[in-house]
Amino acid sequence: MYPSKFDYYRAGSVSEALSLMQQHEDAKLLAGGHSLVPVMNLRLATPPVLIDIGRIGDLKGISSVGGSVKIGPLTTHAMIEASADVPALMSQAASGIADPQVRNRGTIGGNIAHADPASDWPTVLTALGATINIAGSNGERSVGATDFFQGLFETSLEENEIITSISVPSHGEGTGSSYAKLFHPASGYAIVGAAAVITMSGGQCTGASVAVGGLTECATKAPSVEAALTGKALNEATIAAAADAVAGDLTGDILSDFQTSAAYRKAMVKVYVKRAVSAAAGI
Amino acid sequence: MGNYIGKVVKRVEDPRFIQGKGRYIANLNLPGMSYAAIKRSPHAHANIKSINVEKARNMEGVIAVMTGKDLAESGLGTLPCGFTPPDIKLPPYPALAIDKIRYMGHGVAVVVAESRYLAQDALDLIEVNYEVLDAVVDAKKAREEGAPQVHEETPNNTSFYWPIGDKEAVEKAISEADHVVDLNLINQRLVPNAMEPRAVVAQWDDFSGEMTVWTTTQNPHVIRVLMSAFTLFIPENKLRVISPDVGGGFGSKIFHYPEEIIIPWLSKALNRSVKWVSLRSESFVTDAHGRDHVTNCKLALKSDGTFTGLYVSIHANMGGYLSLFAPMVPSALCLTLLNGIYTIPAIYGETYGVMTHTVPVDAYRGAGRPEASYMVERLINIAAQELNMDPLEIRRKNLIQPDAFPFQTQVALVYDSGNYPGLLDKAEEVSGYQAMRAAQKQARGEGKLVGIGVSTCIEACGVAPSKAVISLGAGVGLWESGSIRVHPTGMISVFTGNHSHGQGHETTFAQVVADELGVPIENIEVIHGDTGRSSMGLGTYGSRSNVGMAALSKTAEKIREKVIKIAAHQLEASVEDMVYDQEKGEIHVKGSPDKKKAFGEIAFACLTAHELPDGMEPGLEETSFYDPENFVFPNSAHICLVEIDRNTGEVEIKKYTAIDDVGKVINPMIVEGQIQGGIAQGVGQALWEHGAYDDQGQLLAGSMMDYAMPKAGKLVDYQVDRTETPSPHNPLGVKGVGEMGTIASTVSMANAVMDALSPLGIKHLDMPLTAEKIWNAIQNSGS
Amino acid sequence: MTVNISVTINGTTYQKDVEPRTLLVHFIRDTLGLTGTNIGCDTVQCGACTIHMDGMAIKSCATLAVQADGSQITTIEGLAKDGELHPMQQAFWDNHGLQCGYCTPGMIMAATKLVENNPGITEEEIRHGLEGNLCRCTGYANIVKSIKAAAQAMGGGA
Repeated sequence: MYPSKFDYYRAGSVSEALSLMQQHEDAKLLAGGHSLVPVMNLRLATPPVLIDIGRIGDLKGISSVGGSVKIGPLTTHAMIEASADVPALMSQAASGIADPQVRNRGTIGGNIAHADPASDWPTVLTALGATINIAGSNGERSVGATDFFQGLFETSLEENEIITSISVPSHGEGTGSSYAKLFHPASGYAIVGAAAVITMSGGQCTGASVAVGGLTECATKAPSVEAALTGKALNEATIAAAADAVAGDLTGDILSDFQTSAAYRKAMVKVYVKRAVSAAAGI
Repeated sequence: MGNYIGKVVKRVEDPRFIQGKGRYIANLNLPGMSYAAIKRSPHAHANIKSINVEKARNMEGVIAVMTGKDLAESGLGTLPCGFTPPDIKLPPYPALAIDKIRYMGHGVAVVVAESRYLAQDALDLIEVNYEVLDAVVDAKKAREEGAPQVHEETPNNTSFYWPIGDKEAVEKAISEADHVVDLNLINQRLVPNAMEPRAVVAQWDDFSGEMTVWTTTQNPHVIRVLMSAFTLFIPENKLRVISPDVGGGFGSKIFHYPEEIIIPWLSKALNRSVKWVSLRSESFVTDAHGRDHVTNCKLALKSDGTFTGLYVSIHANMGGYLSLFAPMVPSALCLTLLNGIYTIPAIYGETYGVMTHTVPVDAYRGAGRPEASYMVERLINIAAQELNMDPLEIRRKNLIQPDAFPFQTQVALVYDSGNYPGLLDKAEEVSGYQAMRAAQKQARGEGKLVGIGVSTCIEACGVAPSKAVISLGAGVGLWESGSIRVHPTGMISVFTGNHSHGQGHETTFAQVVADELGVPIENIEVIHGDTGRSSMGLGTYGSRSNVGMAALSKTAEKIREKVIKIAAHQLEASVEDMVYDQEKGEIHVKGSPDKKKAFGEIAFACLTAHELPDGMEPGLEETSFYDPENFVFPNSAHICLVEIDRNTGEVEIKKYTAIDDVGKVINPMIVEGQIQGGIAQGVGQALWEHGAYDDQGQLLAGSMMDYAMPKAGKLVDYQVDRTETPSPHNPLGVKGVGEMGTIASTVSMANAVMDALSPLGIKHLDMPLTAEKIWNAIQNSGS
Repeated sequence: MTVNISVTINGTTYQKDVEPRTLLVHFIRDTLGLTGTNIGCDTVQCGACTIHMDGMAIKSCATLAVQADGSQITTIEGLAKDGELHPMQQAFWDNHGLQCGYCTPGMIMAATKLVENNPGITEEEIRHGLEGNLCRCTGYANIVKSIKAAAQAMGGGA
């Protein structure tokens, strides 16, 4: 509850933030602060400099651009929860993040830059095929969510880079989605999270995008599940069989802690993929 | 009698709490305040090779840095243990570790600085060189050959052994039984987590030579005695202990804690006011934990379900040091409740008190009694299952009957009153038990895992009389004081040695006094938690505030006697002819209601003092020190319904019914609230909470991120109802309510989950009944 | 390093120099002496420190005071108006929605916004909405009851 000392600078624009970052090498960016301040409270993080980007108006808000939705990194979980413009998957997932107070301050950009494996956004954005738009001293670039999330608290963000927006493709007709999450009983984080975007046509699955998170070091796509769904008439049996295929999509170590074993997470991911797909497909 | 007793009276303390004016110690700021923070050991078992505090001492804004050695050399005492069974081995408990660490979280140095932020900075500058040693955290393993030893004074890590009952008779009952249920179980460690972290503020007054200590305690007078006699050695008449609004205790704020010594000592040494407020992460590793028993128990029965004998053997984890009442919890407060509400012809119980490299364990809501209920009620449920009997039926068969009171149990206690069959009948009816069973049958047919949990429990409350408590091993008697000061205008100050930290004493105690004297409740203020204001008293724990209320009832009787004498004198009538109308607060002559005096008139007459009977002293103020003739025994029957998700093992609570007999009720709203809160705490133990350690004594569930507290979304609205058998051991007929909900709900919830799993042939799982544990059991059952 | 900030709390504007590391909850409690906002944990779980900032319920332990610069804040001390309790405060009193009182300010501040944002709030929504507020005393039954009653009094309620 008593962060260590740091110097504080407030950026009025992205370019000002980038120039401050160049001046202060060990600086951390402060958005809503709801990933950063809690770890600073415990002195698990002791950044010597904070650059507050929380007041850069351009970085906040939701807008529709052609076939996609652009979400500013300072957009809070609560704004996404309440938005009719974002994909339904996002507002549904937002409503299960932490608690109302945290959702009012915590931002999507801060969350994904922190890249906690138990967070919901990495899984959801991976399933949605979102693109992370980034500005840096060397110009701008865009990274797909699958490439953005690299590991435990690790992203492809370079030093001196800042997330400027997140682009999410809009769903077409006949597409349903759902996020299913096994909540940690204390923290509310995902022990297992599964996000599914399913397109149905005439009782057949014509498109499936599925991602899982919480149980591995970072959220991953589930191509085996997708393949097992696509082109099939979906019912309980086909969905269950597809969900079981998720085992083949898990890479790296399965996380475990004193409360939840890897074996349980591995079993639960099938259950939650099935739930997410069933709900997305309306079955 | 009764304008107030038995009625819902909104709490008089609430306006300050709902407006942010609670008088919690963290809110106290004194002129010249300095701020303390404590450096704590990250290891459970280690030798301190060296501590370097120089950098911290030299930091700007730091006033002082002291180590355990500095404190010990200044003549501070060690923390006492107040319950000492024969042959107990009592290792000394220093406020700060001196050369050895015996639990993760024990302090090694304290910093005082000009701000709390600076104090935290200084902690980071203290360098401690530890030699880390192997630790032992499990009570059973700690007694095994070759286990790491916690103290030289406790060979085999065993501090005490406490047996009760007739071992031979129980062994005979078991050998002759038609059926025996033999069960190994663990009653897991809990972290109390009262919402207000502990805090201490000390103010040494060099001018008067007086020390004032504000501390978050459930028993300020007891703490003052301990400070005077064992730790600080400041005479009681120069030491004032104040415990203002305290944000929940649940037992964890009974005990004398290291910071209660360190902070006042620093205040005197530095001649500054010093404030220490625990961080939640500190609470996890310094507030005494609860439960942590490893148990073998056996129930012997006839084939028709009649109980014939009960055997219990407990390894109770005491932690790294013996906390104030720690040895009492698994012994005198647990084994004496093994009789439950049943007739059990032979009972034997024994407890080993075992030292381990963990945070000291002491009383936590229920304290020994939930552990007792858990054993008895789990055994009964398994017996019912194995004998193919309904859990209600097997219990009914063995209940103590209403005409059997006073009932001498096999384990020392004498029960006061009760109607246990009536209690069970009401629980069956209110919960809709039979309909639930029918629905369960159908649900099971559909493959659903639906369970109904039944439990009963009994609690020994009041923790008195003193003779009985001391004979069991306690260091003090547990009587209570109550004073009533009637001011000349008729306003009344009531002083109690009990303490309210959520129980609402300012309301209920006022209700009692208002009815006893016939005055409006608005005219009464109840004062507690200040040794400078109220007489010596023993505080609040063990659902013992009924003792304080009884004391006030006795005091009010003395006030009435004096008031009657004065009224008789003024009305020129004889005392025998006077009638004290407790509804109106008037004293009149029998048969002549117009010849009367109002209570307020008499109060004023005690000031003017010219119309008092000859020889009577002026003033209207009385005190009683009440030592009850026996414990009181509230009892309850809880029934709940759960459904388990077969795919994940998650438990969903569908319904919860609680029937409690708490004797006479002073304020039904408050009684109901106590039961509701107790239920949630018991359900927390059954399903979620676990103060888990790793093998090396690292507390794994060390924050609210990891330790699963009950949340609103996981719980339901509870059906709470009552039966009432007034206690003859208490002038008001009250029993006790604070711990009942927790004692009964822990095991009713566990029984419900096990009932749901019984079709799969699963006999027992230890708490907490987490989704993963249940899921694993389902997988292993092969279904 | 200090930063000069200006924050309006319960209608009064305070201009202060603060260390950037000062948490908003410490600024409110220690710098301004408004101690009604409590601290119950150090991991942003318990919700005792809930306040309203720019119309939203937030946890003041996870927010730096510098982030609140220029904001409008209401704490528990500012909820009652002209000596009259807010309906949420009244409902907690009427329905025994508190025991030790420590979680209460945060509960009331969180609940007020739950109801304002969802006047027809249901019991299930209330329970879900209290995800970030822990109470160890009441078992939540009377808290839920209080919030339901307040929702009625505030003109909604399911």
